[in-house]
Amino acid sequence: MRVFLASLLTILCLALLAMHIEPLRAQGAVFLGPQRPLDTTIKRGEYLARVGDCVACHTKHGGQQFAGGLPIPTPFGTLYSSNITPDPDYGIGNWSADDFYQMLHTGKSRDGTLLYPAMPFPAYTKITRVDSDAIFAYLGSLKPIHESNRENELRFPYSNRSLLIGWRLLYFRQGQFKPDPAHDAEWNRGAYLVEGLGHCATCHTAINALGGSSEDKAFAGGLIPMQNWYAPSLTLNREAGLGEWSLKDISDLLRAGASMRGAVYGPMAAVVHNSLQYLTDADIRAMAVYLKTLPEKNEAPPTAAESGAYQISARALAHGSALYTAQCASCHEGNGRGMPPAYPPLAQNPSIQMESAVNPIRMVLNGGYPPQTAGNPRPYGMPPFAQVMSDQDIADVVSYIRVSWGNHGKPVTVEEVNTLRVAPLLDSSCSMGVARGQRFPMRKPAVA
Amino acid sequence: MRIRPRRWLLCVLALMIADAAHAQGTAPDTMAARVQGCSTCHGKSGEGTPDQYFPRIAGKPAGYLFNQLRNFRDGQRSYPPMNYLLAYLHDDYLDEMAGFFAAQRIPFHAPEPGKLPPAQLQAGEQLVTRGDPARGIPPCEACHGPQLTGIEPGIPGLIGLHSRYISAQLEAWRAGTRRANAPDCMRDIAVRLTEAQITQVAAWLASRPAPAVPVPAAKGSWKTPLVCGSQPQ
Ligand code: HEC
Ligand code: HEC
Ligand code: HEC
Ligand code: HEC
Ligand code: HEC
Repeated sequence: MRVFLASLLTILCLALLAMHIEPLRAQGAVFLGPQRPLDTTIKRGEYLARVGDCVACHTKHGGQQFAGGLPIPTPFGTLYSSNITPDPDYGIGNWSADDFYQMLHTGKSRDGTLLYPAMPFPAYTKITRVDSDAIFAYLGSLKPIHESNRENELRFPYSNRSLLIGWRLLYFRQGQFKPDPAHDAEWNRGAYLVEGLGHCATCHTAINALGGSSEDKAFAGGLIPMQNWYAPSLTLNREAGLGEWSLKDISDLLRAGASMRGAVYGPMAAVVHNSLQYLTDADIRAMAVYLKTLPEKNEAPPTAAESGAYQISARALAHGSALYTAQCASCHEGNGRGMPPAYPPLAQNPSIQMESAVNPIRMVLNGGYPPQTAGNPRPYGMPPFAQVMSDQDIADVVSYIRVSWGNHGKPVTVEEVNTLRVAPLLDSSCSMGVARGQRFPMRKPAVA
Repeated sequence: MRIRPRRWLLCVLALMIADAAHAQGTAPDTMAARVQGCSTCHGKSGEGTPDQYFPRIAGKPAGYLFNQLRNFRDGQRSYPPMNYLLAYLHDDYLDEMAGFFAAQRIPFHAPEPGKLPPAQLQAGEQLVTRGDPARGIPPCEACHGPQLTGIEPGIPGLIGLHSRYISAQLEAWRAGTRRANAPDCMRDIAVRLTEAQITQVAAWLASRPAPAVPVPAAKGSWKTPLVCGSQPQ
């Protein structure tokens, strides 16, 4: 029996190996690296490409993987992602590992063209050469797809790439990740993944008045233009700062998509679906260790407004409370504690109380199922209420959850609900992330 | 040392209170609880709601429901609020959801009063029972069944739907925004129907009372006159 199993395993391994080597040979991919990469390098590259979430942007809905062409709506027109399969005409088939690293590191294409920061090179610049080579080896091992790139449809003057020179001066800091000797290897691994490949700051950073994000505001949170979701601050415990979370809850949230403290939704659900659920225990833990140290030690005290001096009318409170009991309490419980991880708690949940009420309003309008992952294989869902509640109803029930059970959020208005009713329901983390990348034009984003 | 009973009691009480403050319920480990994300539009068990456009899904063949869920997730059918909900769910779980709704046996809502003049309703009935040979349209019954209950695994019943929903589906097939597994026989039929025929057949179907046995017929009970990708023969 043992012998039989062992030989079965050997055959399986050989078969798996063959499957991996085969595509390289069969498709005769042009590979300009010094020598054909090892299988283990390709495997590592595949994993790193997962961490970098390249697939989210470089694959269009129903299209071939990595063949690009995904429309990325921005306030300035539409961008289309590139074909990054090893096709010599339309993809990166003629690139060398050097070209590839230079592109990630400098944000300039092989021919020197300045890339739009929709491609998150401001984060990828931190990627090490070894990791860049592995990703390149992996992409080189894929089937080349002969599919031409689509011209961007940006309005003048944004269509002019030389505008990017100014943007880069202001917002782009080129440079590989440098480990911080004050911290251990695990923390540094986490920092590398979060700041570099994971490009978390693409969304989790406030946009300043110039439509750029400054270094010191990294991870400070902000509204994602076009998509109308708010990516909370990871540096403030009163938003999504994780200073007070356990490592287990952080890891569960990032990899399973649901935890005892909350579940992911909107663009963050896409990030978990496309990328984070595939990370190893060690990498997720490292990210959690790093994220836990992000919140500022001496968090500025909440402003007067934030400390709960809000007035909510007796009418809104009564109406909101009645709606909550009828429509929400069956899952989130009368006391707002929920039934986690299935139904997240609303009481004392910073995500309900943030200055921006966009996320709770959209949750009530659109509902949601967290992504199905190995750690959450049969997710529970929340129904949308847009179809059954008026703007006034939703304003009242969201106001109610923002001020109840010790929560200190600002009540929301009917107008806020009304504008969000028409927010797009795209499901791609890319368009969401990339919209953030559109920080280059020197103007305030259209949505504020 | 003897613990005085009172203090002991207090201790237990304090523990209980502390516990209650932290106690969080657990969600029932059932499919019924897991599909409540669908309830505002399809009802708690898929029975439908008074809304004219939200279809009843309870009791339809599991294979049919699964195909629809997969098609919404992948974009062959378009209704953004549903496309959004299903975006990150996999086939195995969609199959479980489909199985749950297929197993629900819930009384049908009252039929819609026939909204058209009798002659037009009759034309609708004719299409269902005899088709329109001149336009190459087989009777709807030939596939959806003599009692219009549908058949396992892939063809749904046509009773219990609102006329607005039925005509919207036929229009969607014509416009190409609803696509079924190839060969898509329903598309071939929908493009041959005239606007008037769509209105007539939708109104007649919606006016029918619930069939005596409102359960899809067993697989293989009859053969379809056209090849349908959703109903392998
Ligand atoms: C958030 C969206 C996004 C993500 C994530 C992303 N890309 Fe891109 N990428 C783009 C866009 C958009 C462009 C086109 C930019 C332009 O036209 O200036 C692009 C361009 C490229 C190019 C082509 C550059 C050229 O000169 O033709 C390559 C190669 C590339 N990306 C590789 C990657 C790899 C590898 C990853 C993962 C590690 C990745 N991208 C992740 C959006 C993204
Ligand atoms: C495409 C944009 C985007 C990217 C990229 C992104 N996030 Fe998020 N993130 C969001 C949005 C929007 C939310 C708010 C929705 C939610 O709470 O799920 C969020 C929420 C979160 C939360 C708080 C969840 C809660 O329940 O309080 C954490 C923690 C988080 N993100 C971590 C990360 C990390 C770590 C990365 C990088 C690996 C990352 N995010 C990348 C958009 C993004
Ligand atoms: C059938 C169960 C159910 C009902 C009813 C329900 N919810 Fe939820 N709720 C959930 C689930 C599950 C999630 C997580 C969804 C996700 O991550 O996509 C959630 C998430 C939320 C969130 C986001 C929490 C966070 O961490 O940011 C808010 C806010 C919310 N619900 C409010 C409400 C309100 C208000 C109502 C009533 C109008 C309601 N819910 C009704 C199940 C429910
Ligand atoms: C916002 C309302 C809404 C929600 C929530 C919703 N649906 Fe639907 N559903 C619809 C509408 C409307 C249609 C018909 C759409 C069309 O094709 O035009 C539909 C169609 C369907 C169909 C196809 C019915 C048929 O006879 O062809 C199935 C199956 C279905 N929904 C299942 C679900 C499941 C399962 C969920 C929960 C995960 C869900 N729906 C959530 C509104 C909703
Ligand atoms: C050749 C077989 C065939 C004939 C004849 C046929 N249908 Fe269908 N019908 C199907 C199949 C198969 C489906 C399921 C398609 C799918 O998987 O989405 C279907 C689905 C439908 C639906 C969608 C139901 C729902 O719940 O969304 C409607 C409505 C419908 N048919 C109406 C008709 C009408 C009206 C006629 C007669 C004019 C007709 N069909 C004739 C095979 C047929």
